[in-house]
Amino acid sequence: MYISFSNKPRPEPESADATVNKPRRGVRGVSSTVVTFGIVSLLTDISSESVTAVLPLYITGVLGLSTVAYGFIDGIYQGVSAITRIAAGYTSDRIDQPKWVAFVGYAVAAVARVGLLFASGFAAVTAVITADRIGKGIRTAPRDSVITASSRPDNLGTSFGVHRTLDNIGAAIGPLLAFFILLLIPNGYGTIFVASLGFAVVGVALLGLFVPNVRPWRDRNTVSADAAHEAPAALPGPSAHPGTRMKTRRPAFDWKVVTAGPMRRVLAAAGILGLLTIGDGFVYLVLQSRSDFAAQWFPLLYVGTNVAFLALAIPLGRLADRVGRARVFVFGHAGLLAAYVVAALPIADIAATLLCLAFLGAFYASTDGVLAALAAQLTTPETHGTGIAAAQTVVAVTRFLSAAGFGLLWYGVGRETSMWIVAGLLAVAIPVIALLLRPYLSAHGQERES
Amino acid sequence: MTTRVRWILIVAIAIVAIGATVAVGVFAWLQYQAAQNRPSGVATTSPDRWAHGDRIVFRNTAIGEGYGLVASVPLDDPSGGRAVTSIACDRVAAVADEFSCLRSERGITPTYTATLYDNSGVEQAQWPLPGIPSRTRFSPDGTLVATTAFVTGHSYATVGFSTDTAIHSAQDGADVSGNLEDWTLYVDGEKSAPLDRNYWGITFVDDETFYATVGMTTSGTTYLVEGNISDRTMRTVAESVECPSLSPDGTRLAFKSVTDGSGATVHWTPAVMEIATGEVTVLEVESRSVDDQIAWLDDKTLMYGLSNETVGDSDVWTLAADGGSAPEVLIPHAWSPTVVRG
Repeated sequence: MYISFSNKPRPEPESADATVNKPRRGVRGVSSTVVTFGIVSLLTDISSESVTAVLPLYITGVLGLSTVAYGFIDGIYQGVSAITRIAAGYTSDRIDQPKWVAFVGYAVAAVARVGLLFASGFAAVTAVITADRIGKGIRTAPRDSVITASSRPDNLGTSFGVHRTLDNIGAAIGPLLAFFILLLIPNGYGTIFVASLGFAVVGVALLGLFVPNVRPWRDRNTVSADAAHEAPAALPGPSAHPGTRMKTRRPAFDWKVVTAGPMRRVLAAAGILGLLTIGDGFVYLVLQSRSDFAAQWFPLLYVGTNVAFLALAIPLGRLADRVGRARVFVFGHAGLLAAYVVAALPIADIAATLLCLAFLGAFYASTDGVLAALAAQLTTPETHGTGIAAAQTVVAVTRFLSAAGFGLLWYGVGRETSMWIVAGLLAVAIPVIALLLRPYLSAHGQERES
Repeated sequence: MTTRVRWILIVAIAIVAIGATVAVGVFAWLQYQAAQNRPSGVATTSPDRWAHGDRIVFRNTAIGEGYGLVASVPLDDPSGGRAVTSIACDRVAAVADEFSCLRSERGITPTYTATLYDNSGVEQAQWPLPGIPSRTRFSPDGTLVATTAFVTGHSYATVGFSTDTAIHSAQDGADVSGNLEDWTLYVDGEKSAPLDRNYWGITFVDDETFYATVGMTTSGTTYLVEGNISDRTMRTVAESVECPSLSPDGTRLAFKSVTDGSGATVHWTPAVMEIATGEVTVLEVESRSVDDQIAWLDDKTLMYGLSNETVGDSDVWTLAADGGSAPEVLIPHAWSPTVVRG
């Protein structure tokens, strides 16, 4: 039976099984959909990171292109996905099909891998990489939308933590797998590309076959109807006769949910903090300029950050559920501040480098999934995709601007000084942002209703 | 679709994916082994590991046995049989009694090294590079060695183009220059603020002075700089001169000049600058894009590597330094050439 109401309050999802099971908080309470999607992301990350890791070697060593060309491809790699993100988030909200919009994103990236098998020049590699990034842009927000719809509101931070942990395990395995293949077969780039395609296809298949087609808008209204059905007395008017197949008009997409109220403040906060997030690359360069250890391990520093990220994503997600997502998001930037300070301090030993990577990892763990959880918490089920996408796009765009601006600063006043300046600004910004978000700092668990 | 069907499907897809990867991998491995063991596509001389007397030392890129190894040919018979050593390098430069070898080390993690070897292949010194090998050069008397690496390894954010250039002692590998970015740079005589600048492509005048390229990351401008090792200073000499290479008589610099495009579509044409007058001749008789630190065969002839149609293979070409004749292949299946006298 399909009866929909648009303005019914949503029953707490756990109420259904609350009578059977006490709702479990924490990792054990995370929905199997989240874990399945985490494995999809893990496979996809193995696929994409294995190629990313060897791309510079492949482009300069095998294709014989200049290193400048690599820098250009790298730029595309990072930039393209932000553009498609909001459009995909909005689309998934409008057609109420986050799973299948995400599926398109994963499928585009997988098909691009086929292109990589035959790509032999710069233009071809560029096209493949661009398609891959577009795929990533498409899938991110709908994916987080599915995670949101499959999780209990009070457990959302943990759910994202679980997802990001699995995701980053893939990101750590990918490069190792690629270099292992090169160890066995020194010119084995073709094998890496086939393996990458294989992981991408299994990931897409897993998504298509095993991730339930959650439909945040319809489910919510169906649940309302079911709940109403159980208590017919509550039903107003003739429209709700059991068996009547009623099409309730969907409410117009409410942009205000995203552009006004608490979301506006969160977007502003994320944007301001994003402007002070200069990117790991610069931090690594500062470390490398002073420490022999960092110089030697330079190509692997980001793997260290990833490992710290994956280790801390679940604990910090749980913390966010307990003490408030906005709070963890804002104060997580203290990790970034600490990383800046450690990088700028004139110490050049191994401990400083490792500490710096740990702080960066903690920063990502307390901001990446947590921001998605926060955006989900402050938007309605009909606007989750757009809201999450908006938050992620604001972060991506401001970080890009920040990296460009920091380049200028570095140009003007030098490495350590510019690092101290941005650290100082961040030290001021964190409490100011905390003040800006004060009404929502400790808010957790509740979800906005339309 | 029942759960059972789903499981069967996913397992089948996983088996196909793993099977295809393993099949391609085994095939690639067999092919690689076959290529390694196949007789080299070029004539090699044995058992001498070095060509005698004046010679050209380079990286052998002939597919087959000896691929990627340091090799040499007599200067007076460059297309003759090559003597191949057992040392693999991505970039090589040589003087009479030793050679500098930059390479990426195979391993579960990517690492890059610069190594000095004597002619019998004994390692003299080694130090890590922070990225993909790009250039290496000796000073004329073999006292100093310069290296440039392309820095990679950023995941979340792009810094863009970043290089690491350093000067080491060719005797024990000791770091001579420190971080070039900490040196004092004078742009048009004005002391420049400590900038985000990249240096690459050193060519030595002697053990005190060298030329190199400095790139301003933000503005994209490149300058030819003259560096002084004991003062730790650099002064700009000219604009838009990349990867300089000093002629044996010390009067001219060969370099790659941007003649078209930018970024990924950049086109570099070989050019020569008279140091005394600053007069630049762009050698447009070479129509292909040359992305190499040009070397001098003699005072009248340039040489540089260009990739050919085979993936991973390249040829060394020569070009008259006055642009008076068309480029010709000097050594087929070769890369990173240096003339060694004595």
